[in-house]
Amino acid sequence: MSSGSKIPTISRRSFLKGSLAAAGLAAGAGTAKAALTPGDNHLATLIDISRCVGCGECVMACQEANQSEYPRPEKPFPKMYPPRVKVADWSDKQDVDDRLTPYNWLFIQSATVTLDGEELELTMPRRCMHCINPPCVKLCPWGSAKQLENGITRIDSEICLGGSKCKKVCPWDIPQRQTGVGLYLDLLPNFAGNGVMYKCHRCYARVADGELPACIEACPEDVQTIGPRTEIVAAAHKLAKEMNGYIYGETENGGTNTIYVSPVPFEKLREAIETGPGQPDFQPVADQMGQANNLVAALALAPIAGVAAAVGKFVAATKPKQPEE
Amino acid sequence: MSSPSPVARIFKARYFYRFLIFLCALTGFGQMPIYKRYYMADIPGFSWLADYYATRFVHYVGAALLLGLLAYTLADYLLRRREIGAPSWSALARGALLAVIVISGLFFLAKNLAGAYYPPAAIIAGNLIHLSAVMGLLALSLYCLLFKKGWMRPS
Repeated sequence: MSSGSKIPTISRRSFLKGSLAAAGLAAGAGTAKAALTPGDNHLATLIDISRCVGCGECVMACQEANQSEYPRPEKPFPKMYPPRVKVADWSDKQDVDDRLTPYNWLFIQSATVTLDGEELELTMPRRCMHCINPPCVKLCPWGSAKQLENGITRIDSEICLGGSKCKKVCPWDIPQRQTGVGLYLDLLPNFAGNGVMYKCHRCYARVADGELPACIEACPEDVQTIGPRTEIVAAAHKLAKEMNGYIYGETENGGTNTIYVSPVPFEKLREAIETGPGQPDFQPVADQMGQANNLVAALALAPIAGVAAAVGKFVAATKPKQPEE
Repeated sequence: MSSPSPVARIFKARYFYRFLIFLCALTGFGQMPIYKRYYMADIPGFSWLADYYATRFVHYVGAALLLGLLAYTLADYLLRRREIGAPSWSALARGALLAVIVISGLFFLAKNLAGAYYPPAAIIAGNLIHLSAVMGLLALSLYCLLFKKGWMRPS
């Protein structure tokens, strides 16, 4: 396995110097942005699975960096109607770190696979993929899920009502709910809402300040690299070519800003990882937002067709009738 | 002359309009997580209401047809207004609400495209405007139905 293949992609220093400047420029320059393909002005991360040793430093760094944002629910929870509405309470299980929870936005997934007759232990950090066109953001009925112009998606815990639609529409079921916290308590807590959804926001505040996300900074193995998406995608292809590996995240769900490179096919990885609630898969994902977005042309043509039909009817009605022979 | 067949009747503009308003309202409310919670999606044949992608797709299809119908109706009226007569106050009010619904709906259509970034405050405001206009239209339409208020001013 060519696990040691180091790719001189984007160093931490060059990220700070170049990537943020690029993201900032893209954010400010509306005219330049028009020529870009969606996602080109985003910051993306490359996760080299072959380098991860599963030490968990990234998980701990994430928890330390984001602890102040973790939910502090009020108990007892309001009784919810109808009774089928379930409470999601992780406040007594804050130490759980083998899956995503409202208190754990990043976890290490592991797999034992066989490659070229050799048994291989692979570990990989899993968190939000930060899609280019994120369904969680676009379909949030309330606008509490947001996408920043640098591609980071985040959920505003001040206004999230915890309806969990973001989780339902997320191909990887990433956001996790905590009941008993948030705006819904001030509205109709018994009948609408159910807490707040939490997920990785890729340390948006740190990134805005020119710092690295905590998980990337803490990694002793440089598993993750961050930079402009176009450069990250190029680096991922170079790395995959060198290790004879495979890419996930470049095209899934129309493209994400988290690109995994694995020495084994993802189909094989899928068979070996534990998946389930809070433990995302590496399944193929079609562009979830694309289906309805393809109807935009129909929406644009419909009024034209309507006007044309009315004009046609008017012309036909006003046309002098030919005398019958 | 025999009366038109049910198939022909349903394609009459007013029935088509009512059907599209119902369809768009049904799928529009389905963008909120309420149908599963409140058992609507448990009704046989309505499980698709709990699928946000399905309701969104149907909402777009309904919106395209409604846009076409509204454009047809407006153009038809403008071309034949002398012949048709003046609209009633309820028609003007319904038209204004429909305009708000269409404009705010187009805002969401653009927002959902990749590469579109809108301020969260604008999204929340858009949501409230779209939803309020729909509620207003439904209430006004119900009033017009109950009290037999037509679209045209009585001559």
